[in-house]
Amino acid sequence: MSKFAKKKDGDLPAVSTASLPDIVFMLLFFFMTVTTMKDSSLLVENVLPNADQIKKLEKKDRVIYIYAGKPTQEYTKTFGEEPKIQLNDKFANVSEVGTYVLAERATKPQELQNVLTTALKVDKNASMGIVMDIKQELRKVNALKVNYTTYEGNAFNNIQ
Amino acid sequence: MPRRKGAPEVNAGSMADIAFLLLIFFLVTTTIETDAGLDRMLPPIEPPETDVVIKQKNIFTVSINKSGQLLVEEELMNLDDLRNAAIAFLDNGGAAAGSPEYCNYCQGKRDASSSDNPQKAIISLKNDRETAYKTYITVQNELVGAYNDLRNREARRLYNRDFTEMESEYLNPETPSSVRDELKEKVKRIQELFPQKLSEAETSKI
Repeated sequence: MSKFAKKKDGDLPAVSTASLPDIVFMLLFFFMTVTTMKDSSLLVENVLPNADQIKKLEKKDRVIYIYAGKPTQEYTKTFGEEPKIQLNDKFANVSEVGTYVLAERATKPQELQNVLTTALKVDKNASMGIVMDIKQELRKVNALKVNYTTYEGNAFNNIQ
Repeated sequence: MPRRKGAPEVNAGSMADIAFLLLIFFLVTTTIETDAGLDRMLPPIEPPETDVVIKQKNIFTVSINKSGQLLVEEELMNLDDLRNAAIAFLDNGGAAAGSPEYCNYCQGKRDASSSDNPQKAIISLKNDRETAYKTYITVQNELVGAYNDLRNREARRLYNRDFTEMESEYLNPETPSSVRDELKEKVKRIQELFPQKLSEAETSKI
């Protein structure tokens, strides 16, 4: 009898799947860490304009978001075609912007309250009137640091 | 009576299924987004206590009408030419040599009827309520671009690298603090050479 007996041919060794959970967990943790839950669904059209001289908004906890634009199709019947402001997940009037910003500011930790940025996510087809109203409200509550959120791209694509 | 040998082993065969379930959930809900945009400071609402007198020649007025046309220094201008016009204005350095306001790093025409020096030069942006937001952003982008071009030029002369690159490294929270302290000085210095004085006037009927 030879020491190296030939295995019976025909039966492939089974691939061990014991490490599969580990691999899946690794992926799971990756996605868990990069996930940001969307906290508001958009009620307005929100195609941002392009710009190339932009700065990144690095720290998410220091940002207050304000959306503006034409209401999406399902809301045009009730709210019309004029650009509207969206705060959190409902439509709002210009006069509510100030209180909203103050309320958001109050929920942030004390040390961040002076370094907050307001990100204006305005649809590129909106008119400046609504943006100016928002800006005026922000000035009233002394939230002076704003960021006009844009996509990265050539700015001249906007006006074609 | 037979005694049990330790605790029975838990069957971990379904672990993979559970993990997959979670994985798929997070895969679906993930939106990897980094927001970016143009940073601006709004003017405070209280008017300054003393009225500052600014010479007309130090103001570069840009107006956008409701159809998106530009009026720069009382003349119609194309958007493509705006950046160069703004650079020419900011970099002019019109103050006479020897005067305290003389700008020794400016490379402009030194036209006495344009801005004295970059510290004095103010760009005033006006728009109509009917102006499209995209036009406004394009104009803002070009004006910020003019500042960035000049700052890059000075940064390359002094430190051999681009200002925008230095600034984004400085603002990146992952940069080690020793590097950041060093960059802070440089970024500050360049910002002082060409301070961003971009005034956004309130609504006006053009």
